[in-house]
Amino acid sequence: MNAIETAVLKAHRNEKAARFFITVCGIGMALVPFLIGGFLLIKGIDTFTLFGHSLGEFLFSGQWDPSDTAEGGGSVGAGIYISGSLVTCALALLITLPLSIATAIFMTEIAKPRTRRLIQPAIELFTGIPSVVYGWIGMTVLIPFLRLFFPMPFGFSVLAAGIVLAVMIFPTITTMAADAMNAVPKQWREASYGLGATRWETIAHVVLPAAKGGIFTGIILGLARALGEALAVAMVIGQMKEFPTSLFLPASTLTTAISADMGGAMEGGEYSAALWTMALLLFVLSFLFIFLIHQLNSATNLKGKA
Amino acid sequence: MNSVQQKKRADNIMTGLFCAGAAFAVVLLIGFVGFVIIQGFGHMTMSMLSFSPTGLGNMFFNTLYLVLLALIASTITGVPAGIFLAEYAKQGRVTKWVRMAVETLASLPSIVVGLFGYLAFIVMTGSQWNLFAGSLAVSILTLPLVTSVTEDALRNLPDSYRQGSLGLGASHWQTIWRVLLPACFPRIMTGLIMAAGRGFGEAAALMFTAGMSTDIDWNNWDITSSSCPLNPFRPGETLALHIWALRTEALQPDAFQAAGASSAILMVLVVSFSLAARYLSWRIDKKMGGNR
Repeated sequence: MNAIETAVLKAHRNEKAARFFITVCGIGMALVPFLIGGFLLIKGIDTFTLFGHSLGEFLFSGQWDPSDTAEGGGSVGAGIYISGSLVTCALALLITLPLSIATAIFMTEIAKPRTRRLIQPAIELFTGIPSVVYGWIGMTVLIPFLRLFFPMPFGFSVLAAGIVLAVMIFPTITTMAADAMNAVPKQWREASYGLGATRWETIAHVVLPAAKGGIFTGIILGLARALGEALAVAMVIGQMKEFPTSLFLPASTLTTAISADMGGAMEGGEYSAALWTMALLLFVLSFLFIFLIHQLNSATNLKGKA
Repeated sequence: MNSVQQKKRADNIMTGLFCAGAAFAVVLLIGFVGFVIIQGFGHMTMSMLSFSPTGLGNMFFNTLYLVLLALIASTITGVPAGIFLAEYAKQGRVTKWVRMAVETLASLPSIVVGLFGYLAFIVMTGSQWNLFAGSLAVSILTLPLVTSVTEDALRNLPDSYRQGSLGLGASHWQTIWRVLLPACFPRIMTGLIMAAGRGFGEAAALMFTAGMSTDIDWNNWDITSSSCPLNPFRPGETLALHIWALRTEALQPDAFQAAGASSAILMVLVVSFSLAARYLSWRIDKKMGGNR
């Protein structure tokens, strides 16, 4: 056998080995979310099978009193936490959406390119800021500030959590919205101006409708981030196990309950099973968000082609 | 007032609103960073900067060490996964499925990943809280970023690179290993720096994996000993976790200042890493701009 043949054989062998390794890594990586989901399912299903609670009780009841034993017998109504999560996320979105859209419009439609090149990286920088830092500032600056203006017994409140989350998801929504608006073809704007429309009319009737898909994707990603945020919220919401009845009172969310109680709950007990079920719910929700984005994108893609 | 004037007025009002909104947001954000850094460094004392049980030095070291381990783990799995998506996977069902998995992973709440890490790396291996488990949990969080950066980098290379190499008789793998990977190394590096920025601030995923205590002895370099700084199988509290812990810790008299200082250090770390990533990718774009 001559040298060339050996080299070719070796290359073939390497090619096969590399292809195998790479494929294993690729498929393996795709299995990680399923693995996580599977583990959560195994642990979280105990609430329903081992301790015999119904899904309706878990989702809607406000009776949260799981026993910290393997015998069970408590009640696992996570309605308090679910409603707490929903209210804080909705509040955060309500606060941040007008600002995000205004900033995105300013960056793409009004600002000069040089200003934009300065603002956009600055805003993207904020997606990386640690959540505990947001929580810390919320605790030491925002809460005393809010207490000056609103009648709050503790300062720790749903409102404070909403504001902290709003600041956290602002960069996500703004960059996604700005990218979507930037992708609207320039000719569409020129056509609108050519018809005599003002800038505001062009934005409202041409740019915003065209960028709708991207803006919604940004909103969903922002919501996913707000829903999954644990520590920053836990630092400002006060963690009272009550329904979020007032903006000015403490409440709890799914993530804050998990982070506060998981460490102390007995492994294999009803309490920890209920917390695992809440983690499973978080997993299902974030999977649902991604699914929604995919549906949304394929819908807008079809429209673009027509 | 005729309709043209009305429209002009509406246009001016809306423009003003958008500018005001953007200005408000940007001022708020910049004020936020400035405040954290200034008050943090203002309250900093020399004892905080020391590598002693009362200082932040040990946590700073833990943070860097944990992120380094996490990056190694997510590079070993993430880069091949990116190569798979860009080079080997056929466009179709499998790729779509893998990509959806990557996106799901990217949007998973970090506390859920932390719980998974607790179950898989602590409970199932029967070990105590340790840095290694924490770094694996963080590597799950950075994995999607590394994967998609690698995939994008490979896809963005000019096709002539691939054709040139294949035309010279190189196999597909030789092309990837000798030509494509070196060409997109800077981009992957940028992605890793971005991933590091995310890792520094992670706390929720570490609560149940890396533990909240640090007991290391800087004179002990026996890697099997639990007080050796470099032993990954020891508990280690990171800066981000320390801020979370200080929230309730009334034992330490300077808890407030320590948390402020930790925030400032963390902020500087994160901001400088993401600025570095940004600068690197700007350099790459400038260099590669010609042949696109």
